[in-house]
Amino acid sequence: MTGHQRKLDIRNGCIDLSHGSGGRAMVQLISGLFHEAFGNEWLARGNDQSAFDVGAGRLVMTTDGYVVSPLFFPGGNIGSLAVHGTVNDIAMAGARPLYLSASFIIEEGFPFRDLKRIADSMGEAARLAGVHIITGDTKVVERGKADGLFISTAGIGVVPDGLNLSAETACVGDRVLISGTLGDHGIAIMSKRRNLAFETEIASDSAALHDLVQKMVQAGAPGIRLMRDPTRGGLAATLNEIAQQSDVGFRLQEEAIPVKPGVAAACELLGLDPLHVANEGKLVAIVSPDVANAVLAAMRAHPLGCDAADIGEAIADMRHFVQMITSFGGGSIVDWLSGEQLPRIC
Amino acid sequence: MKYADEFRDKAIALGLSKTIHAAADPERSYRFMEFCGGHTHAISRYGLEDILPSNVRMIHGPGCPVCVLPAGRIDMAIRLAERPDVILCVYGDLMRVPASQGASLLKAKAGGADIRMVYSTIDTIRIAEENPAREVVFFAIGFETTAPPTAVAVRLAEKKQLSNFSVFCNHVLTPPAMQNILESPDIGNIRHVEIDGFVGPGQVSTIIGTAPYGFFAEEFGKPVVIAGFEPLDMMHAILMLVGQVNEHRHEVENQYRRAVTRDGNLRAKEEISDIFELRDQFEWRGLGQVPYSGLKLKRAFAKYDAEVRFDMNELRVADNPACECGAILRGVKKPVDCKLFGTVCTPEMPVGSCMVSSEGACAAHWTYRRFRDQEQRGAS
Repeated sequence: MTGHQRKLDIRNGCIDLSHGSGGRAMVQLISGLFHEAFGNEWLARGNDQSAFDVGAGRLVMTTDGYVVSPLFFPGGNIGSLAVHGTVNDIAMAGARPLYLSASFIIEEGFPFRDLKRIADSMGEAARLAGVHIITGDTKVVERGKADGLFISTAGIGVVPDGLNLSAETACVGDRVLISGTLGDHGIAIMSKRRNLAFETEIASDSAALHDLVQKMVQAGAPGIRLMRDPTRGGLAATLNEIAQQSDVGFRLQEEAIPVKPGVAAACELLGLDPLHVANEGKLVAIVSPDVANAVLAAMRAHPLGCDAADIGEAIADMRHFVQMITSFGGGSIVDWLSGEQLPRIC
Repeated sequence: MKYADEFRDKAIALGLSKTIHAAADPERSYRFMEFCGGHTHAISRYGLEDILPSNVRMIHGPGCPVCVLPAGRIDMAIRLAERPDVILCVYGDLMRVPASQGASLLKAKAGGADIRMVYSTIDTIRIAEENPAREVVFFAIGFETTAPPTAVAVRLAEKKQLSNFSVFCNHVLTPPAMQNILESPDIGNIRHVEIDGFVGPGQVSTIIGTAPYGFFAEEFGKPVVIAGFEPLDMMHAILMLVGQVNEHRHEVENQYRRAVTRDGNLRAKEEISDIFELRDQFEWRGLGQVPYSGLKLKRAFAKYDAEVRFDMNELRVADNPACECGAILRGVKKPVDCKLFGTVCTPEMPVGSCMVSSEGACAAHWTYRRFRDQEQRGAS
């Protein structure tokens, strides 16, 4: 039996520096663990790159690094997150995600069984999202240099002709739609941090949103101005960005913003605002008022949008404030988060 | 959310708002200082000023422990943290507080100092146990509310015979600061103070009780209403203050009965007095030296006192002369009266104490309320 064919000892083995050296051990790791998890015709060819055909339409491309801590959390792990995050960045253009790359920076001593769990959930997430991981890279660094594992993914998708979702297109009077409850991902991560651990049933909302996006596009395409997934910095950061890019302001109704009671309670305890907490399976859509109801109905009919809500409108404001009518009827600003709420959330 | 939503009910709030409008005498103005940063935050976050009558004005006091910590004390902590043998444990809100010359704990951490954010003093004990070869120092800040957990940590360190744990003590007391504000010269004759009453601290009062405020009510003739931190608590307390002013009463009333008693938490008070003693003076950012307003570890616990253990030198740093924090903290000026507000001083790059924490008067105004300033300016 050659080194190429010897099986990895998944149960007891772990990464060592030889797995990044370009030698047999690396080939063994790639074919025994990653190919098995991602299994597709492109990887099987074993090239340093993959060639693929794309259909009609414009290409979109995105890239993202994943450094979340802890690596495993309620509702997912760094692997599923690395697929969902990149798929969602593509989907926010209204595009159909097609292909991903995946690059791993792994620390020596990292257990194979954890790596397999992560790779398997990446493969599973990719299959469910209908995308293929067609090229990748593995590097191994010394113990203590990568806190277990970092993943970087890039993705390519195709936008149908005629669809142009972009951040500078919001207009005064447009409605602000959100696909569900805010803050689930951030709170799920925080609940597992060593110095913060608390009991909660909240799981990360990490999910691929492209199918929800397709349904929304079908329901109201010409009236959908733009979509964003409110990840780090939460809804507050996303809307403040859009306000500046589109030269508008926003006025939100606090009572309309969906937040799970468990998330609200955890935020209360930790002194956080759910509008600043990260999401990984939610989108905000700015749509013209004439299609708002149709798009909202399409969102609510989809499993990932059942808690969707119309939370406010774009207003004329040269200063680009995101204002909120509080549940008390008073006015307030929803500002950018100052400083860092929690490092390494995704 | 149980026990929170009940105190955020819109219908009750609007009812209270109507009652306050009816009770407030249109012929006069009412200026109430809420001492606590938590109250300041609730007022701004929920937009309470929008549903109060225009002649009822809230003045945001110095009750944010992060904000009132002078830059010199942060400098001292940074010097300590730069020692390679030291692990400095801090509450997260301290990380960005500006020290002298643009320094902060966050920057010191990025520069290699071992500074760790903790949520509980118990975490610092754990860190000390896990790192027997290092010196673990807890950067203790806060009012009477956070002093008992620091005392518990000292007790635990003693019980576990930890020889590598100490406390850099910066605990401060509420009543001396309130007194300092009322006695400050720019407020003028104490019988004509510009403050008509106080919304008394909630959490602090769960520890010290309502009794210590009797002095203000009597000596300065000012009503004090101890209030909880929910928006309805604030509205209720404001109504009670308006009532006292109208009836020319100046008493200590307790709105926060679900948590605060007359004598407070006896066990916690005992812990504080067992472990700590008063400093003759302690510097507050914005207020300057305030007599008998700070705590330090008693001599019997000197081995846990980082200032003794590391022979730390007191560092003093003058506040930026253009910064109006002092006047804002005393209610003499508003955030928008400061030239630095929103220009060179923002939550990202705070110059003065009030911009540091989200509970500071300037930061709360900047974060939640600045759209109103511009609307008013635009209208005038």
